[in-house]
Amino acid sequence: MNQEIFERVQKVIVEQLDKRPEEITLETNLAEDLQADSLDLVELAMALEQEFDVTIGEDEAEQVRTVADAVRLLTAKLGAENE
Amino acid sequence: MNLRLDGRTALVTGASRGIGRAIALQLAEAGAKVALLSRTEASVQEVAHAIESYYPGQALPFVGDVAAPQLADKVVAQITQLWGQLDILVNNAGITRDTLLLRMSEEDWDSVLDTNLKGAFLFTRAALKPMMRQRWGRIINISSISGITGNVGQANYSASKAALIAFTRTVAVEMGSRNITCNAIAPGLIETDMTQSLADSVKEYALQRIALKRFGTPEEVAYGVLFLCSEFASYITGQVLVIDGGLTTGI
Repeated sequence: MNQEIFERVQKVIVEQLDKRPEEITLETNLAEDLQADSLDLVELAMALEQEFDVTIGEDEAEQVRTVADAVRLLTAKLGAENE
Repeated sequence: MNLRLDGRTALVTGASRGIGRAIALQLAEAGAKVALLSRTEASVQEVAHAIESYYPGQALPFVGDVAAPQLADKVVAQITQLWGQLDILVNNAGITRDTLLLRMSEEDWDSVLDTNLKGAFLFTRAALKPMMRQRWGRIINISSISGITGNVGQANYSASKAALIAFTRTVAVEMGSRNITCNAIAPGLIETDMTQSLADSVKEYALQRIALKRFGTPEEVAYGVLFLCSEFASYITGQVLVIDGGLTTGI
């Protein structure tokens, strides 16, 4: 896992869902552990798009359940862009 | 509780004339800071001056077409930058291109649907971002009794106004968990430039059927908006408030 990407994802979640950084690890489940509802998840996806300057499709966003899923998705997207 | 809106900020589209102008003035009188949007610079400046002369610092004019790409996001961003929040959105901008369906051009259809419906969609989507963050928002869509009953010569207009009612209900259920309410107002025949152009025979016929035997004033619609924006209406969402003097009440 890319530490820099994780930290940026963590920062976005802290701001967006009003959480403390220590509540967010790679294993954290957004819906179950952070009580994010469907609107929260849409907002979070939009905030991540802005932070990383990428586009996240609706179907891609639906696959994201944990913080690790988000980091993996963004790592792949940023990697694809740099190739 | 009272009907004051001190500390609130609002955006009214189509604010330069008629019902929109009355709404903007009413919200400013209640203490809100009001951003105004209109396609015509001179008239939106006039309304801004009228507000500023009584309530300094409470008006912010914008010029543009509600359906123009990116305009909604830009306007909302400027409001939140300047005032820090956006609490109230009144989607009032509306046009008519009345003609019998058989004669209606695609351009007549598209222009009315773009302004009346797509404009409301674009501005609502933009305004929801700050409202969701604030966990407080009031969205008022100005529909019409034409959107409830249908009206000869208004296939485009009545379709757009009926769609606004369904749009209102969906926004209400999607956004309720964020303490954002969304309601529609359906005015009947109101004394504005829009109804001024009606044929005398149509006006006469309407007057006979209006229970209160007169056209409404723009202010009488604005009072409904003020109520729906106030704390008194905190548990009302997804509703249509008909302000028509009883025109559609009888048979």
